[in-house]
Amino acid sequence: MKSPDEIFEILSKEFQDAVLGLDKENPTDAIIKIDPLKIHLISRFLSETPGLEFDSLMCLSGVDDANGTKVKDEDGTEKIDGGTLSVFYHLHSVNRNQKITIQVSTLRTEPKVESVENIWKSANWHEREAFDLYGIIFLNHPDLRRILMPYDWDEFAEEISRYPLRKDYKNPEFYQGMKVPY
Amino acid sequence: MGLLDKEFTEGNIVIAKVDDLFNWARLSSVWQLGFGLACCAIEMMATSMSHYDFDRFGVIPRNTPRQADAIIISGTVTLKMATRIKRLYEQIPDPKYIISMGSCANCGGPYWEHGYHVLKGIDRVIPVDVYVPGCPPRPEALLEGLLKLQEKIRNESLRKKSA
Repeated sequence: MKSPDEIFEILSKEFQDAVLGLDKENPTDAIIKIDPLKIHLISRFLSETPGLEFDSLMCLSGVDDANGTKVKDEDGTEKIDGGTLSVFYHLHSVNRNQKITIQVSTLRTEPKVESVENIWKSANWHEREAFDLYGIIFLNHPDLRRILMPYDWDEFAEEISRYPLRKDYKNPEFYQGMKVPY
Repeated sequence: MGLLDKEFTEGNIVIAKVDDLFNWARLSSVWQLGFGLACCAIEMMATSMSHYDFDRFGVIPRNTPRQADAIIISGTVTLKMATRIKRLYEQIPDPKYIISMGSCANCGGPYWEHGYHVLKGIDRVIPVDVYVPGCPPRPEALLEGLLKLQEKIRNESLRKKSA
């Protein structure tokens, strides 16, 4: 069983500047921060290296960090400009009985993260969910469609109403002729 | 000699108003579309089980809308599901009845403000005959909802649909 510090050391040695840091400030497990366009390489390394053997992606979740500047439109709707969206990966090694949390942060204006679908198959639907609710685009994902919201959601919604779990989300007035707000 | 004189003397004839006969037949065999959405569906299934026995009122689930008389909207109606419900409703032949079961189907329930995916009341899409409040309603409440629906059907007329 390796501690997050040891895993961070191994990754930094192997990937140098693609590993951005180790966050131990939170009352959670330590979080390793990684470049969003290198996550597939590092994931492959984590799953195949003897001693690490992270064979299970327990959870992959999108997060809106809401750390941009808040801008008010003329009609009073608040929008977040700039800042980042994040994806968290919770990995587990069944053989080694160890866990690790990985975070990648990507620009809100152009949220692009490499897919890890060909390493852990469970990532397929999780990445579709993060795409559906946050609009994070997973590069090289085999089937990046909406998974929960209707496929035609975009046609009825303005840009601010496309991705419902973003912090500046605003409900559309109508969907297929049905009034949406209460 | 009018027909009424023979009402009891001729043993194999019963005289009734056609309205009463039709209404009695309809209200005694409300076949509901086998259809459930969320936690309310569990209560609806419990109502169908032997303890509460929906069947004693003539309610049995029918797994095709084309042979169903009623639909119980039992649970949270998402926007995605609402389009499907509308289509199912349109496939049910007249006369058709709708029981809206639980807060979610009535008005959005706990999702009324932040439920971006929830239709705030099924009556925005299809006409509702009986609303059953509760979250979820107990089987007794659903049974009362059905009795109210039967009361409504009993007062219908062939000339004019009361709904």
